[in-house]
Amino acid sequence: MEAAITLRGLRKTYAGHAAVDGIDLEVREGECFALLGPNGAGKTTTVEILEGFRKPDEGQVSVLGTNPWEAPRHWRNRIGIVLQSSTGLDNLTPREVLTTTAKAYTNPRSVEEVIDAVGLEEKADARIAGLSGGQRRRVDVGLGIIGRPELLFLDEPTTGFDPQARRDFWGLIERLGAQGTTILLTTHYLDEAEHLADRVGVVAAGKLLALDTPANLGGRNTEEAIVTWEEAGTRHTVRTATPTAEVSRLAARLGGPTGEVPGLTVARPTLEDIYLQLIAPHLADSTSADTTGGAR
Amino acid sequence: MNTLALGLDRTRVELKQYAREKEAVFFNFLFPILMLGLFSVIFSGQFDDPESKAIDLNAGRMFLPGMIAAGVLLTSFQTMALAVAVERDDGTLKRIRSTPLPPVAYFLGKIGLVAVTSVAQVVVLLAIAKFAFHVTLPTDSGRWLTFLWVFGLGIVSGVVLGIAYSSLGTARSVGAVVIAPVLILQFISGVYFPFKSIPDWMQITASVFPLKWIAQGMRSVFLPEGMVADEMARSWEHGRTAAILVAWSIIGLILCVRAFKWFKRGTT
Repeated sequence: MEAAITLRGLRKTYAGHAAVDGIDLEVREGECFALLGPNGAGKTTTVEILEGFRKPDEGQVSVLGTNPWEAPRHWRNRIGIVLQSSTGLDNLTPREVLTTTAKAYTNPRSVEEVIDAVGLEEKADARIAGLSGGQRRRVDVGLGIIGRPELLFLDEPTTGFDPQARRDFWGLIERLGAQGTTILLTTHYLDEAEHLADRVGVVAAGKLLALDTPANLGGRNTEEAIVTWEEAGTRHTVRTATPTAEVSRLAARLGGPTGEVPGLTVARPTLEDIYLQLIAPHLADSTSADTTGGAR
Repeated sequence: MNTLALGLDRTRVELKQYAREKEAVFFNFLFPILMLGLFSVIFSGQFDDPESKAIDLNAGRMFLPGMIAAGVLLTSFQTMALAVAVERDDGTLKRIRSTPLPPVAYFLGKIGLVAVTSVAQVVVLLAIAKFAFHVTLPTDSGRWLTFLWVFGLGIVSGVVLGIAYSSLGTARSVGAVVIAPVLILQFISGVYFPFKSIPDWMQITASVFPLKWIAQGMRSVFLPEGMVADEMARSWEHGRTAAILVAWSIIGLILCVRAFKWFKRGTT
């Protein structure tokens, strides 16, 4: 597989503070990659460099085989950007906005197809001012994919969504992924990353701390599991590298005729647990990064 | 699509957005029209003297040039300065920058918007002046030629200066940063009061900026010839008017090209 994005030794400094401090990263074609990290970690700076909006101080950047900062305008035919929030379209309808935006691209999707894909059929001719937050976000995604991009940037796409809207939105992103679109996602929601991403990268203090599949990140798959059960009216907890053996022993000891252990749970650390462990040592750093004006 | 076609499409979209924005329609488009109506009615009694009647001067004719000049400033400078500042702030410019749309097409859309709204506005102003307030409009082609170049240069300088000026404000401050100076300029440039009744130092201040010259040019088109005696220089100063408006257009264009920012401060 080819790499859609390649970063080598990326560095970007603002007023002596390194917002991005040597990041190496490869995102494969067709992959959904999630970039996680606290505010001020360098996520937005990294993404904006990839989008060609900021000039890196050091390092090699290749996005679809082109250096974004020096990319010719037609390079933008191949990428789609869903910005963090977009206003300023209130007086237009989704159909009007999509129609005019499509004209800038050489090989756009049809407006109908996009309205359908983002589920805005019923609101296609309503003023955007009257749409809910989730519906507006769908307009943003529609604008991001109207040009039939090979690579889609999604910046915190579901902030402020209700649970049902998030599920629907995830479905939309999965369908895009299934069509072969490479997706770079930044998010604060670990469950979102776990659900959508093939791989996740955790960034803090301008460095890439970990890079793996959501299931394996930070040794999550080999971490000790926590087994809890009830015995004689109290709750017992055991941490173990061999939870299956532990449960077998419990079943033999406490299961009785049905083999059921009362109140049994077996838990692995969640992606959130691992993430918080990873970034904990950098939190003081990243707070100062936020105030010294790193990304946004 | 080529850049010109994209610019036309942007013009269409800009016009839709403008027409659906009630504040813009009121403060930019209808304002001079309403003011012309108000002034023509309020001051109608002051032009009953035989002297005024002899030169065919009524309140409508007296104030029409100023209102046309104010309209030029509002639809070009104020529309541009406000719209571009807001669009920079709310991410519209960044969104446009993230597509393959040529930047020129964006500016063509803005220019198209201003061209259509300012021409429509001046047509409405002239129609109301003629039919509602019985203003005698010029009939010789020389005066209409003057009208065309003063109007055109006024619009061009207003557009480029407005786009350049937009960098000074954010969406929140833009009301004060743009509307206040525009309002003050209207008062000291001979839009609402005859220019000769304004103190000298204000006249000199106003003479630095384009509006005074646009208003003076419009007076040369619409007022009776004899009223040139009321002008500061006892002349319509067409040469100087053209030179100053061209100079401002060039300065504005240079500022646009050198200082235009697609992203708001602090983000990129």
